Amino acid sequence: MKCDLIVVGGGPGGSMAAKTAASAGLNVVMLEKRQEIGDPVRCAEGVSKRALCRMMLPEPEWISSEVKGARIYAPDGKSIVMSEDKSGGEVGYVLERKVFDRGLAMQAAQAGAKILVKTRALGLLRKDGAICGVSGLRIGEPLQIEAPLIIGADGVESKVGRWAGIDTTLKLQDIESCAQFLVQDASIDDEYTEFFLGNSIAPSGYAWSFPKGEKLANIGLGIQGSRSKPGEAMRLLRQFMKTRFPNGKVVEMVVGGDPCSGPIDSAITDGVMLVGDAAHQTDPLTGGGILNAMQAGIIAGEVAAKAITAGNVRRAGLQEYEDRWREDFGKVIARSFQFKEFFVKLTDKDMNQLIGSLAKEDISKMDLPGMLRVLFRLNPKLLWGLKSLII
Amino acid sequence: MLTVNRYKCCYCGACVGVCPTCALELVETWLEVSAECKECGLCTKICPVGALEVKA
Ligand SMILES: Cc1cc2nc3c(=O)[nH]c(=O)nc-3n(C[C@H](O)[C@H](O)[C@H](O)COP(=O)(O)OP(=O)(O)OC[C@H]3O[C@@H](n4cnc5c(N)ncnc54)[C@H](O)[C@@H]3O)c2cc1C
Ligand code: SF4
Ligand code: SF4
Repeated sequence: MKCDLIVVGGGPGGSMAAKTAASAGLNVVMLEKRQEIGDPVRCAEGVSKRALCRMMLPEPEWISSEVKGARIYAPDGKSIVMSEDKSGGEVGYVLERKVFDRGLAMQAAQAGAKILVKTRALGLLRKDGAICGVSGLRIGEPLQIEAPLIIGADGVESKVGRWAGIDTTLKLQDIESCAQFLVQDASIDDEYTEFFLGNSIAPSGYAWSFPKGEKLANIGLGIQGSRSKPGEAMRLLRQFMKTRFPNGKVVEMVVGGDPCSGPIDSAITDGVMLVGDAAHQTDPLTGGGILNAMQAGIIAGEVAAKAITAGNVRRAGLQEYEDRWREDFGKVIARSFQFKEFFVKLTDKDMNQLIGSLAKEDISKMDLPGMLRVLFRLNPKLLWGLKSLII
Repeated sequence: MLTVNRYKCCYCGACVGVCPTCALELVETWLEVSAECKECGLCTKICPVGALEVKA
Protein backbone atom coordinates (compact mmCIF):
# COMPACT_ATOMS: atom_id res chain seq x y z
CA MET A 1 0.00 0.00 0.00
CA LYS A 2 1.23 3.51 -0.81
CA CYS A 3 0.09 6.96 0.32
CA ASP A 4 1.33 10.51 1.00
CA LEU A 5 0.96 10.50 4.76
CA ILE A 6 0.61 7.85 7.47
CA VAL A 7 -0.91 8.91 10.78
CA VAL A 8 -0.17 6.48 13.62
CA GLY A 9 -2.86 6.63 16.31
CA GLY A 10 -6.56 7.45 16.05
CA GLY A 11 -7.02 9.70 19.12
CA PRO A 12 -8.05 13.37 18.85
CA GLY A 13 -4.57 14.39 17.64
CA GLY A 14 -4.37 11.74 14.93
CA SER A 15 -7.92 12.24 13.67
CA MET A 16 -7.51 16.02 13.34
CA ALA A 17 -4.18 15.57 11.52
CA ALA A 18 -5.72 13.01 9.15
CA LYS A 19 -8.82 15.13 8.59
CA THR A 20 -6.83 18.30 7.89
CA ALA A 21 -4.31 16.64 5.57
CA ALA A 22 -7.00 14.73 3.68
CA SER A 23 -9.08 17.91 3.26
CA ALA A 24 -6.02 19.57 1.76
CA GLY A 25 -5.88 16.82 -0.85
CA LEU A 26 -3.36 14.35 0.56
CA ASN A 27 -3.78 10.63 0.33
CA VAL A 28 -3.85 9.73 4.03
CA VAL A 29 -3.89 6.41 5.93
CA MET A 30 -4.53 6.45 9.68
CA LEU A 31 -3.62 3.38 11.75
CA GLU A 32 -5.29 2.63 15.06
CA LYS A 33 -4.24 -0.44 16.98
CA ARG A 34 -7.50 -0.73 18.90
CA GLN A 35 -10.48 -2.40 17.39
CA GLU A 36 -12.75 0.31 18.75
CA ILE A 37 -11.61 3.92 18.46
CA GLY A 38 -11.94 5.79 21.76
CA ASP A 39 -12.39 2.74 23.95
CA PRO A 40 -11.21 2.19 26.65
CA VAL A 41 -11.15 5.83 27.74
CA ARG A 42 -8.09 7.22 29.52
CA CYS A 43 -9.42 10.63 30.39
CA ALA A 44 -11.48 12.82 32.73
CA GLU A 45 -13.07 14.37 29.62
CA GLY A 46 -13.03 18.04 30.62
CA VAL A 47 -12.41 20.66 27.93
CA SER A 48 -12.76 24.40 27.59
CA LYS A 49 -16.07 25.07 25.89
CA ARG A 50 -14.81 28.25 24.33
CA ALA A 51 -11.63 26.73 22.91
CA LEU A 52 -13.45 23.68 21.50
CA CYS A 53 -16.11 25.83 19.85
CA ARG A 54 -13.40 28.01 18.33
CA MET A 55 -12.00 24.90 16.66
CA MET A 56 -15.25 23.32 15.48
CA LEU A 57 -18.96 23.08 16.08
CA PRO A 58 -19.31 20.17 18.53
CA GLU A 59 -22.03 17.57 17.92
CA PRO A 60 -24.55 17.49 20.81
CA GLU A 61 -23.90 13.78 21.45
CA TRP A 62 -20.21 14.48 22.17
CA ILE A 63 -21.11 16.39 25.31
CA SER A 64 -22.13 14.75 28.58
CA SER A 65 -22.63 17.96 30.48
CA GLU A 66 -21.91 21.63 30.64
CA VAL A 67 -20.73 23.23 33.87
CA LYS A 68 -21.08 26.70 35.39
CA GLY A 69 -17.64 26.87 36.91
CA ALA A 70 -14.98 25.27 39.01
CA ARG A 71 -14.75 24.86 42.77
CA ILE A 72 -11.31 24.40 44.28
CA TYR A 73 -10.92 22.85 47.73
CA ALA A 74 -7.95 23.49 49.99
CA PRO A 75 -6.68 20.56 52.09
CA ASP A 76 -8.60 21.94 55.10
CA GLY A 77 -11.88 21.79 53.15
CA LYS A 78 -12.31 25.53 52.50
CA SER A 79 -13.20 26.25 48.91
CA ILE A 80 -13.31 28.98 46.28
CA VAL A 81 -15.48 29.16 43.19
CA MET A 82 -14.50 30.35 39.73
CA SER A 83 -17.13 30.92 37.09
CA GLU A 84 -16.69 29.18 33.77
CA ASP A 85 -16.86 32.26 31.59
CA LYS A 86 -14.19 34.02 33.63
CA SER A 87 -11.88 31.19 34.62
CA GLY A 88 -10.49 31.18 31.11
CA GLY A 89 -12.83 28.26 30.61
CA GLU A 90 -10.36 25.51 31.54
CA VAL A 91 -13.37 23.27 31.65
CA GLY A 92 -16.88 24.03 30.49
CA TYR A 93 -17.81 20.85 28.71
CA VAL A 94 -17.40 17.34 30.01
CA LEU A 95 -17.24 15.15 26.93
CA GLU A 96 -18.28 11.60 26.21
CA ARG A 97 -14.94 10.62 24.71
CA LYS A 98 -16.00 7.25 23.35
CA VAL A 99 -18.43 9.13 21.11
CA PHE A 100 -16.21 12.19 20.63
CA ASP A 101 -13.09 10.27 19.51
CA ARG A 102 -15.17 8.21 17.10
CA GLY A 103 -16.86 11.36 15.82
CA LEU A 104 -13.50 12.94 15.02
CA ALA A 105 -12.33 9.76 13.28
CA MET A 106 -15.52 9.81 11.21
CA GLN A 107 -14.78 13.39 10.20
CA ALA A 108 -11.32 12.26 9.06
CA ALA A 109 -12.91 9.46 7.06
CA GLN A 110 -15.41 11.87 5.51
CA ALA A 111 -12.55 14.13 4.48
CA GLY A 112 -11.12 11.17 2.57
CA ALA A 113 -8.63 9.56 4.97
CA LYS A 114 -8.45 5.78 4.99
CA ILE A 115 -8.73 4.38 8.50
CA LEU A 116 -7.36 0.97 9.46
CA VAL A 117 -8.46 -0.26 12.88
CA LYS A 118 -6.96 -3.16 14.81
CA THR A 119 -3.80 -2.19 12.95
CA ARG A 120 -0.67 -1.64 15.00
CA ALA A 121 2.45 0.11 13.77
CA LEU A 122 5.51 -1.99 14.61
CA GLY A 123 8.31 0.11 13.18
CA LEU A 124 9.44 2.50 10.47
CA LEU A 125 10.55 1.46 6.98
CA ARG A 126 13.73 3.05 5.69
CA LYS A 127 15.36 3.31 2.28
CA ASP A 128 18.97 4.56 2.11
CA GLY A 129 18.54 5.75 5.69
CA ALA A 130 15.47 7.87 4.94
CA ILE A 131 12.11 6.99 6.50
CA CYS A 132 9.79 5.70 3.78
CA GLY A 133 6.84 4.12 5.57
CA VAL A 134 5.53 1.99 8.40
CA SER A 135 5.47 -1.73 9.03
CA GLY A 136 2.62 -3.10 11.04
CA LEU A 137 0.19 -5.85 11.85
CA ARG A 138 -3.35 -5.59 10.58
CA ILE A 139 -5.71 -7.97 12.37
CA GLY A 140 -2.67 -10.17 12.96
CA GLU A 141 -1.39 -10.07 9.37
CA PRO A 142 1.83 -8.29 8.39
CA LEU A 143 1.36 -5.04 6.50
CA GLN A 144 3.71 -2.52 4.91
CA ILE A 145 2.62 0.95 3.93
CA GLU A 146 4.92 3.28 2.00
CA ALA A 147 4.77 7.03 2.54
CA PRO A 148 7.36 9.80 2.67
CA LEU A 149 5.85 11.39 5.78
CA ILE A 150 4.65 9.98 9.13
CA ILE A 151 2.70 11.72 11.89
CA GLY A 152 3.13 10.03 15.27
CA ALA A 153 -0.09 10.60 17.24
CA ASP A 154 0.31 7.44 19.28
CA GLY A 155 -0.34 8.92 22.71
CA VAL A 156 1.41 8.45 26.03
CA GLU A 157 2.89 5.11 24.98
CA SER A 158 4.31 6.64 21.78
CA LYS A 159 7.03 4.77 19.96
CA VAL A 160 7.06 6.62 16.62
CA GLY A 161 9.34 9.33 18.03
CA ARG A 162 11.66 6.82 19.62
CA TRP A 163 11.85 4.80 16.40
CA ALA A 164 12.73 7.99 14.51
CA GLY A 165 15.39 9.09 16.99
CA ILE A 166 13.42 11.57 19.15
CA ASP A 167 13.65 10.38 22.75
CA THR A 168 10.16 10.81 24.15
CA THR A 169 10.61 8.43 27.09
CA LEU A 170 8.84 10.01 30.06
CA LYS A 171 10.85 10.42 33.26
CA LEU A 172 8.85 9.57 36.37
CA GLN A 173 8.62 13.23 37.40
CA ASP A 174 7.21 14.08 33.96
CA ILE A 175 4.12 11.85 34.06
CA GLU A 176 1.12 11.73 36.35
CA SER A 177 -0.12 8.31 37.39
CA CYS A 178 -3.92 8.51 37.37
CA ALA A 179 -6.93 6.49 38.49
CA GLN A 180 -10.58 7.38 38.05
CA PHE A 181 -14.04 5.96 38.67
CA LEU A 182 -17.26 6.89 36.96
CA VAL A 183 -19.40 7.34 40.04
CA GLN A 184 -23.08 7.67 40.74
CA ASP A 185 -23.81 9.47 43.98
CA ALA A 186 -26.46 11.82 45.35
CA SER A 187 -23.80 14.18 46.71
CA ILE A 188 -22.29 14.93 43.29
CA ASP A 189 -22.48 18.57 42.22
CA ASP A 190 -23.86 18.48 38.67
CA GLU A 191 -23.06 22.12 37.97
CA TYR A 192 -19.42 22.53 38.95
CA THR A 193 -16.18 20.75 38.27
CA GLU A 194 -14.44 20.23 41.58
CA PHE A 195 -10.73 20.11 42.33
CA PHE A 196 -9.36 18.81 45.63
CA LEU A 197 -5.85 19.74 46.70
CA GLY A 198 -3.71 18.15 49.38
CA ASN A 199 -0.59 16.09 49.78
CA SER A 200 -2.46 13.29 51.50
CA ILE A 201 -5.20 13.31 48.82
CA ALA A 202 -2.95 13.41 45.72
CA PRO A 203 0.74 14.17 46.26
CA SER A 204 1.97 16.62 43.59
CA GLY A 205 -1.33 16.38 41.80
CA TYR A 206 -5.01 16.79 42.57
CA ALA A 207 -8.25 14.90 42.79
CA TRP A 208 -11.20 15.89 40.61
CA SER A 209 -14.92 15.43 40.14
CA PHE A 210 -16.14 16.22 36.62
CA PRO A 211 -19.93 15.89 36.37
CA LYS A 212 -21.37 13.81 33.55
CA GLY A 213 -25.02 14.67 34.20
CA GLU A 214 -27.67 13.32 36.60
CA LYS A 215 -25.58 12.66 39.73
CA LEU A 216 -22.87 10.98 37.71
CA ALA A 217 -19.24 12.11 37.61
CA ASN A 218 -15.70 11.17 36.66
CA ILE A 219 -14.02 11.13 40.05
CA GLY A 220 -10.31 10.55 39.96
CA LEU A 221 -6.86 11.71 40.86
CA GLY A 222 -3.37 12.00 39.48
CA ILE A 223 -0.06 11.91 41.34
CA GLN A 224 3.39 12.79 40.09
CA GLY A 225 5.21 9.65 38.94
CA SER A 226 8.22 10.42 41.09
CA ARG A 227 5.98 10.25 44.18
CA SER A 228 4.15 7.14 43.03
CA LYS A 229 4.70 3.53 43.96
CA PRO A 230 3.05 0.36 42.63
CA GLY A 231 -0.74 0.72 42.81
CA GLU A 232 -0.57 4.04 44.70
CA ALA A 233 -2.99 6.01 42.48
CA MET A 234 -5.72 3.40 42.89
CA ARG A 235 -5.08 3.09 46.63
CA LEU A 236 -5.39 6.87 47.08
CA LEU A 237 -8.53 7.00 44.96
CA ARG A 238 -10.21 4.35 47.11
CA GLN A 239 -9.23 6.33 50.19
CA PHE A 240 -10.57 9.57 48.67
CA MET A 241 -13.85 7.88 47.77
CA LYS A 242 -14.23 6.60 51.31
CA THR A 243 -13.83 10.05 52.87
CA ARG A 244 -15.53 12.18 50.24
CA PHE A 245 -18.11 10.00 48.46
CA PRO A 246 -18.63 7.09 50.88
CA ASN A 247 -21.88 6.03 49.25
CA GLY A 248 -20.69 6.47 45.68
CA LYS A 249 -21.41 3.61 43.30
CA VAL A 250 -18.65 2.86 40.82
CA VAL A 251 -19.94 2.03 37.36
CA GLU A 252 -16.70 2.27 35.36
CA MET A 253 -12.98 2.41 36.00
CA VAL A 254 -10.24 4.26 34.16
CA VAL A 255 -6.48 4.40 34.70
CA GLY A 256 -3.73 6.10 32.76
CA GLY A 257 -0.57 8.13 32.51
CA ASP A 258 -0.69 11.83 31.67
CA PRO A 259 2.51 13.58 30.49
CA CYS A 260 3.42 16.77 32.40
CA SER A 261 6.94 17.48 31.16
CA GLY A 262 6.32 20.80 29.46
CA PRO A 263 7.40 21.29 25.83
CA ILE A 264 9.85 18.74 24.45
CA ASP A 265 13.02 19.89 22.67
CA SER A 266 11.84 18.86 19.24
CA ALA A 267 8.65 17.35 17.86
CA ILE A 268 10.02 16.84 14.36
CA THR A 269 12.76 15.03 12.54
CA ASP A 270 13.28 14.10 8.90
CA GLY A 271 10.00 12.57 7.68
CA VAL A 272 8.28 12.60 11.09
CA MET A 273 6.09 14.95 13.13
CA LEU A 274 4.78 14.11 16.61
CA VAL A 275 1.44 15.45 17.88
CA GLY A 276 -0.48 15.31 21.15
CA ASP A 277 0.62 13.17 24.09
CA ALA A 278 3.27 11.61 21.83
CA ALA A 279 4.93 15.05 21.92
CA HIS A 280 4.05 15.64 25.63
CA GLN A 281 1.75 18.52 24.56
CA THR A 282 -0.49 18.24 27.64
CA ASP A 283 -0.77 21.21 29.99
CA PRO A 284 1.50 20.28 32.92
CA LEU A 285 -0.63 22.13 35.46
CA THR A 286 -4.09 20.80 34.59
CA GLY A 287 -3.17 17.63 32.69
CA GLY A 288 -5.52 18.73 29.88
CA GLY A 289 -4.32 17.46 26.53
CA ILE A 290 -7.32 16.90 24.26
CA LEU A 291 -7.50 20.35 22.69
CA ASN A 292 -3.74 20.78 22.39
CA ALA A 293 -3.55 17.41 20.62
CA MET A 294 -6.30 18.54 18.23
CA GLN A 295 -4.69 21.91 17.58
CA ALA A 296 -1.31 20.24 16.97
CA GLY A 297 -3.05 17.79 14.63
CA ILE A 298 -4.57 20.63 12.63
CA ILE A 299 -1.22 22.44 12.30
CA ALA A 300 0.64 19.22 11.46
CA GLY A 301 -1.98 18.32 8.83
CA GLU A 302 -1.61 21.72 7.17
CA VAL A 303 2.18 21.55 7.22
CA ALA A 304 2.09 17.98 5.88
CA ALA A 305 0.11 19.15 2.86
CA LYS A 306 2.61 21.95 2.19
CA ALA A 307 5.64 19.69 2.69
CA ILE A 308 4.32 16.98 0.37
CA THR A 309 3.37 19.52 -2.29
CA ALA A 310 6.78 21.18 -2.04
CA GLY A 311 8.50 17.78 -2.05
CA ASN A 312 10.42 18.58 1.13
CA VAL A 313 9.60 16.32 4.07
CA ARG A 314 12.96 16.77 5.71
CA ARG A 315 13.30 18.71 8.93
CA ALA A 316 13.44 22.07 7.15
CA GLY A 317 10.15 21.33 5.36
CA LEU A 318 8.47 20.52 8.70
CA GLN A 319 9.94 23.38 10.73
CA GLU A 320 6.73 25.40 10.26
CA TYR A 321 4.88 22.83 12.39
CA GLU A 322 7.46 23.16 15.16
CA ASP A 323 7.32 26.96 15.08
CA ARG A 324 3.54 27.18 14.97
CA TRP A 325 2.67 24.77 17.80
CA ARG A 326 5.21 26.44 20.06
CA GLU A 327 3.79 29.86 19.25
CA ASP A 328 0.18 28.62 19.57
CA PHE A 329 0.06 26.67 22.85
CA GLY A 330 3.70 25.75 23.46
CA LYS A 331 4.24 28.99 25.35
CA VAL A 332 1.24 28.29 27.55
CA ILE A 333 2.45 24.83 28.51
CA ALA A 334 5.96 26.13 29.17
CA ARG A 335 4.48 28.64 31.60
CA SER A 336 2.21 26.01 33.16
CA PHE A 337 5.25 23.83 33.66
CA GLN A 338 6.92 26.55 35.73
CA PHE A 339 3.73 26.98 37.77
CA LYS A 340 3.50 23.25 38.28
CA GLU A 341 7.12 23.00 39.42
CA PHE A 342 6.32 25.65 42.02
CA PHE A 343 2.97 24.32 43.17
CA VAL A 344 4.09 20.71 43.63
CA LYS A 345 6.43 21.91 46.36
CA LEU A 346 3.67 23.56 48.44
CA THR A 347 2.77 22.05 51.79
CA ASP A 348 -0.84 21.59 52.86
CA LYS A 349 -0.39 24.59 55.14
CA ASP A 350 0.71 26.73 52.18
CA MET A 351 -2.32 25.65 50.13
CA ASN A 352 -4.67 26.37 53.04
CA GLN A 353 -3.16 29.83 53.36
CA LEU A 354 -3.52 30.56 49.64
CA ILE A 355 -7.13 29.45 49.31
CA GLY A 356 -8.00 30.94 52.71
CA SER A 357 -6.58 34.31 51.68
CA LEU A 358 -9.19 34.56 48.93
CA ALA A 359 -12.12 34.14 51.35
CA LYS A 360 -12.82 37.88 51.51
CA GLU A 361 -12.12 38.63 47.85
CA ASP A 362 -14.74 38.53 45.13
CA ILE A 363 -13.05 36.26 42.62
CA SER A 364 -16.21 35.15 40.84
CA LYS A 365 -15.64 37.71 38.11
CA MET A 366 -11.91 37.15 37.80
CA ASP A 367 -9.98 35.25 35.19
CA LEU A 368 -7.05 33.05 36.16
CA PRO A 369 -4.28 35.65 35.66
CA GLY A 370 -6.37 38.15 37.64
CA MET A 371 -6.81 35.70 40.47
CA LEU A 372 -3.10 34.94 40.50
CA ARG A 373 -2.34 38.64 40.80
CA VAL A 374 -4.67 38.91 43.79
CA LEU A 375 -3.08 35.82 45.33
CA PHE A 376 0.32 37.40 44.85
CA ARG A 377 -0.77 40.63 46.46
CA LEU A 378 -2.15 38.75 49.48
CA ASN A 379 0.68 36.22 49.82
CA PRO A 380 3.81 37.89 48.47
CA LYS A 381 6.23 35.91 50.61
CA LEU A 382 4.82 32.51 49.73
CA LEU A 383 4.54 33.24 46.01
CA TRP A 384 7.73 35.24 45.58
CA GLY A 385 9.18 32.49 43.40
CA LEU A 386 6.42 33.09 40.84
CA LYS A 387 6.94 36.84 40.68
CA SER A 388 8.24 36.91 37.14
CA LEU A 389 5.35 34.73 35.90
CA ILE A 390 2.58 36.73 37.55
CA ILE A 391 3.57 40.36 37.19
CA MET B 1 12.13 -10.91 36.02
CA LEU B 2 9.33 -8.42 35.35
CA THR B 3 5.94 -10.01 35.82
CA VAL B 4 2.60 -8.67 34.59
CA ASN B 5 -0.48 -9.50 36.61
CA ARG B 6 -2.92 -9.60 33.72
CA TYR B 7 -5.87 -9.85 36.08
CA LYS B 8 -4.94 -6.44 37.47
CA CYS B 9 -3.65 -4.64 34.36
CA CYS B 10 -6.11 -2.07 32.97
CA TYR B 11 -4.08 -1.70 29.74
CA CYS B 12 -3.50 2.03 30.03
CA GLY B 13 0.03 2.19 28.57
CA ALA B 14 1.56 4.43 31.27
CA CYS B 15 4.30 1.85 31.85
CA VAL B 16 5.11 1.76 28.12
CA GLY B 17 5.72 5.52 28.15
CA VAL B 18 8.31 5.41 30.95
CA CYS B 19 10.31 2.33 29.93
CA PRO B 20 13.79 3.55 29.00
CA THR B 21 14.54 0.53 26.82
CA CYS B 22 11.21 0.33 24.93
CA ALA B 23 10.80 -3.17 26.35
CA LEU B 24 7.04 -2.92 26.81
CA GLU B 25 4.36 -3.08 24.15
CA LEU B 26 0.65 -2.82 24.74
CA VAL B 27 -1.25 -4.98 22.28
CA GLU B 28 -4.77 -3.71 22.96
CA THR B 29 -5.40 -5.41 26.31
CA TRP B 30 -2.24 -7.50 26.43
CA LEU B 31 1.01 -6.09 27.78
CA GLU B 32 4.10 -7.78 26.32
CA VAL B 33 7.58 -7.63 27.87
CA SER B 34 10.56 -8.11 25.57
CA ALA B 35 14.10 -9.32 26.24
CA GLU B 36 15.18 -5.65 26.30
CA CYS B 37 13.87 -5.36 29.87
CA LYS B 38 16.66 -4.42 32.29
CA GLU B 39 14.48 -4.95 35.37
CA CYS B 40 14.97 -1.33 36.46
CA GLY B 41 11.49 -1.25 38.02
CA LEU B 42 10.47 2.21 36.76
CA CYS B 43 7.34 0.83 35.13
CA THR B 44 6.27 -0.84 38.38
CA LYS B 45 6.27 2.55 40.15
CA ILE B 46 4.08 4.32 37.60
CA CYS B 47 1.45 1.57 37.32
CA PRO B 48 -1.74 3.03 38.84
CA VAL B 49 -3.04 -0.41 39.84
CA GLY B 50 0.18 -2.20 40.79
CA ALA B 51 0.06 -4.85 38.08
CA LEU B 52 3.83 -4.95 37.55
CA GLU B 53 6.46 -6.46 39.79
CA VAL B 54 10.18 -7.19 39.42
CA LYS B 55 10.68 -10.61 40.96
CA ALA B 56 14.07 -12.09 41.82
C1 LIG C 1 -6.75 9.91 33.79
C2 LIG C 1 -6.58 10.96 32.76
C3 LIG C 1 -7.41 12.07 32.77
C4 LIG C 1 -7.30 13.04 31.77
N1 LIG C 1 -8.18 14.07 31.80
C5 LIG C 1 -8.16 14.99 30.80
C6 LIG C 1 -9.14 16.03 30.75
O1 LIG C 1 -10.02 16.12 31.59
N2 LIG C 1 -9.06 16.92 29.74
C7 LIG C 1 -8.10 16.85 28.77
O2 LIG C 1 -8.09 17.71 27.88
N3 LIG C 1 -7.19 15.87 28.79
C8 LIG C 1 -7.19 14.93 29.77
N4 LIG C 1 -6.26 13.92 29.78
C9 LIG C 1 -5.27 13.87 28.69
C10 LIG C 1 -5.90 13.39 27.40
O3 LIG C 1 -6.55 12.16 27.60
C11 LIG C 1 -4.82 13.24 26.33
O4 LIG C 1 -4.01 14.39 26.33
C12 LIG C 1 -5.42 13.04 24.93
O5 LIG C 1 -6.10 11.83 24.83
C13 LIG C 1 -4.29 13.08 23.90
O6 LIG C 1 -4.76 12.76 22.64
P1 LIG C 1 -3.80 12.05 21.60
O7 LIG C 1 -4.55 12.02 20.32
O8 LIG C 1 -2.47 12.68 21.63
O9 LIG C 1 -3.56 10.59 22.16
P2 LIG C 1 -4.60 9.41 22.54
O10 LIG C 1 -5.96 9.93 22.72
O11 LIG C 1 -3.97 8.67 23.65
O12 LIG C 1 -4.57 8.52 21.23
C14 LIG C 1 -3.46 7.75 20.85
C15 LIG C 1 -3.95 6.58 20.05
O13 LIG C 1 -2.85 5.94 19.42
C16 LIG C 1 -3.06 4.56 19.43
N5 LIG C 1 -1.77 3.90 19.25
C17 LIG C 1 -0.73 3.87 20.13
N6 LIG C 1 0.30 3.17 19.63
C18 LIG C 1 -0.09 2.75 18.39
C19 LIG C 1 0.55 1.96 17.38
N7 LIG C 1 1.79 1.49 17.53
N8 LIG C 1 -0.13 1.72 16.24
C20 LIG C 1 -1.40 2.21 16.06
N9 LIG C 1 -2.04 2.94 16.98
C21 LIG C 1 -1.40 3.21 18.15
C22 LIG C 1 -3.72 4.32 20.76
O14 LIG C 1 -4.45 3.09 20.75
C23 LIG C 1 -4.63 5.52 20.90
O15 LIG C 1 -5.91 5.30 20.39
C24 LIG C 1 -6.32 12.92 30.76
C25 LIG C 1 -5.46 11.82 30.77
C26 LIG C 1 -5.58 10.84 31.74
C27 LIG C 1 -4.66 9.67 31.71
S1 SF4 D 1 0.72 0.82 33.75
FE1 SF4 D 1 -0.16 -0.97 34.78
S2 SF4 D 1 -2.33 -0.93 34.18
FE2 SF4 D 1 -1.26 0.41 32.76
S3 SF4 D 1 -0.74 -0.95 31.03
FE3 SF4 D 1 1.04 -0.93 32.39
S4 SF4 D 1 0.72 -2.72 33.72
FE4 SF4 D 1 -1.25 -2.30 32.75
S1 SF4 E 1 11.60 -2.96 34.47
FE1 SF4 E 1 12.55 -1.18 33.46
S2 SF4 E 1 13.38 -2.01 31.55
FE2 SF4 E 1 11.95 -3.55 32.32
S3 SF4 E 1 10.01 -3.06 31.30
FE3 SF4 E 1 10.00 -1.97 33.27
S4 SF4 E 1 10.78 0.06 32.79
FE4 SF4 E 1 11.34 -1.26 31.07
